[in-house]
Amino acid sequence: MIDIQANLPALIVVIPLLGGVLATFTGRGILPWAWASLVTGATFALTLRMMATLLQSGAPYISYELGNWPRWWGIEYRVDLLNAFILLVVAGVGFITTLYARESVNDEIAKDRHHVFYAVWILAITGLLGITITGDAFNVYVLLEISSLTVYALIAMGKDRDRRALTASLRYLILGSVGASFILLGIGYLMMVTGTLNMEDMHNQLMRLANLDTNRTVLVAFAFLLVGLSIKMALYPLHMWLPKAYTYAPSAVSALLAATATKVGVYMAFRFLFGIFGVGFSFYAMPSHLILLAMASLGIVFSSLAAIRQNNAKSLLAYSSVGQIGYIVAGFSLANPDGVAGSIVHIFNHAVTKGGMFLALGAVAYRVGGTDISHLRGLAKRMPLTCGALALGGLGLIGMPLTAGFISKWYLVKGAMGSGMWGLVVVVLFGSLLALVYVWKLIEAMYFGEPTGRSAEAKEAPLSMLIPIWILVALSIYFGVDATFTGETATRAAAGLLGGTP
Amino acid sequence: MTELLGIYNYWIYVVLMMIGFYGVIAKKNLIKQAIALGLFQTGIFLFYISMAVVDGGTAPIWTTIGDGSIKALGPYDNPLPHVLILTAIVVSVSVLAVALAIIINIKWKYGTIEYDEITAMDRASGGGDDD
Repeated sequence: MIDIQANLPALIVVIPLLGGVLATFTGRGILPWAWASLVTGATFALTLRMMATLLQSGAPYISYELGNWPRWWGIEYRVDLLNAFILLVVAGVGFITTLYARESVNDEIAKDRHHVFYAVWILAITGLLGITITGDAFNVYVLLEISSLTVYALIAMGKDRDRRALTASLRYLILGSVGASFILLGIGYLMMVTGTLNMEDMHNQLMRLANLDTNRTVLVAFAFLLVGLSIKMALYPLHMWLPKAYTYAPSAVSALLAATATKVGVYMAFRFLFGIFGVGFSFYAMPSHLILLAMASLGIVFSSLAAIRQNNAKSLLAYSSVGQIGYIVAGFSLANPDGVAGSIVHIFNHAVTKGGMFLALGAVAYRVGGTDISHLRGLAKRMPLTCGALALGGLGLIGMPLTAGFISKWYLVKGAMGSGMWGLVVVVLFGSLLALVYVWKLIEAMYFGEPTGRSAEAKEAPLSMLIPIWILVALSIYFGVDATFTGETATRAAAGLLGGTP
Repeated sequence: MTELLGIYNYWIYVVLMMIGFYGVIAKKNLIKQAIALGLFQTGIFLFYISMAVVDGGTAPIWTTIGDGSIKALGPYDNPLPHVLILTAIVVSVSVLAVALAIIINIKWKYGTIEYDEITAMDRASGGGDDD
C-alpha cells in the first residue's frame, strides 16, 4: 500500500497523469466523463489535503524529492503557501468544470471522440498542476509543454461547431511554442551561470555572483524569460493568441482556460522573478517593474475598450480576461506586500468569477446555439438562473463591493497608493468604469431585450450545468463578503515571495 | 577575432534560430510556418549542446580500470544538457505533430493552407471581429 500522506506532492501529479492516459480506454457513453470526474475529484481531494497538511505543519514549505534523489541532482517538488493555494484553485476549478462538462461536451463534441477529449482534458490539468508544484526549472518547461500541447488540442476540438477554432488553435500553438522556447532559452542561460536546475540553488548561486546586475548571461536569461512568460500569461501586447482561442474553444474548455491557464503563467512569473532572480534584481536593479506596469496599464485600458466593441459574448469575456491579467501583473510588479497580495487574491477571484461566467455562456450556447449578444437578448425571461449568474459574475468583474473583484481591487489600490503610483490608481478606477460599460452591454441585452428566434423558446439550463455555475458564482460572492481565508493566505504568501524564499 | 570564431557554434545557433523566427513571422504558408518553428527549436538544441562542451572532453563513460576502481576515461562533457535536450527534442516533435494535425484539419475544412486565403474566408463568413 502506498503511503498517501508521505507521497502527497507526487500523487497530485501522478494520479491525473495516469488517469489521463487511462481515460483513452474508457470507450463511449458516459464512462469517459465519469472517469474524468473521478480523477479530477480525487486530485482536488489531494490538493485539499496538501493545503491542510501544510497549514498544520506550520513549516514554511514541504519539500519532496522524486525518487529520493537529492534535490540538486533530481527533481524536487516544493509546496509552500503560494503554490498550495494555486494548486487548490487549479484542481478545484478543474473538478467543477469537469462536472459541468457532461451535457456541454455531449452537445459540442462528436460522440466517438469523448474518451480522447477527456484524456486530453485531464492531461491539461496535470500539466498545470505540475508547473505549479515543481521546484525544478527544467521540469517547469516540460510540464508547460504538456499543458500547452493538450490545450492546443482542446481548442482545436471546437472545430465541429466553428472551423475558426482550428486557426485559433494553430495561432496559439505557434505563439505559445515561441514563448515556451524563449523560456527554455532563459532556463539554459541560467543553467550556464549557476550550473543547477533547482530553483532554490539557482537563486543562491545568483546571489553569490559579484556582478549580478551587469552579468550579460544573467541579463539575457532575464530578457528571454520575461518575454516568454509574458506570452504565456497573455500580457498585453503579447495577448494576440488569447481572444480567438477562448472564443472558438468548446464552452467547457474556455472556462477551464480562462480560470487556470493564464493564472499558472502568472504563477511562473512569481517563481522566476521573485524566487530565482529575487526582488532586488527583478524590480530594483532591472526596470522591469516599469515595463510590466506600463504593459499592464495599457492592457487594462485597451483590452477593456476592445471588449466593449465585441458582438460575441465569449470574445467580450476573452478581451476582458486580458484586461484582468493586467490587474494581476500590475499588482505584483509593484513589489510591495499589498500589491503582491492583491495579485494573488485576484488570481483566485478572477478564476471563480470568469470561470463561472464562461460556464454560464456555455449553458447559453447549449440552449440557444450561440453566444452572440443577439442570442442573449431577453434571455433573462427564459433562463433566469443562468442570466443571474452572468450578471453577478459581471458585477464581480467591475469590482462592486460585496463581490470578490472588489477585494482584489481594494488590495491593488492600497498597494498602488503605498508605492505612490497614483497613475495606477487612476488606471484601475478607469478600468472598472470600462468594465461597467461592457458588463452593462450583457445585462442590457439579457434583461431589457425581447427574445427572438431560438432564444424565445429556450428553457432554463439543466441542473447538471446550473449547479457548477452557481458553485463558482457563489464562491465569488462568498469571498467578496468574507475574504478572511483568501486575504490571509495571499498576504502570507506575498510576504514569503518578497522575503525572497524561492 | 579568434575569440569570435572560437564560439562559432553559438553564432550558428543564433543564425538558425533567427531564420526560424523569420519564417514563423513572414511565411504565409502554414506548413512553412510549422517547418520554421521546428528550425527555431532546433537552434535552441544546438545552444544546449554547445554549453555542455568541456575543453578536451570526451564522452562521459565511467569504466573499471586496472586496480578494479571505477573512473572516468578523462575529462568529459557535461551530460546533463544532453539529457535535457533529449526531452526537448521529444517535445518539439510533439509540437510539430500537433501542428501538422491541425493543419490537415484546416485543409479539410477550408480547402487551403495559405494564411491570407483563410483570413479572407473568415472575414467573408462574418463575425470578422478585429485582429
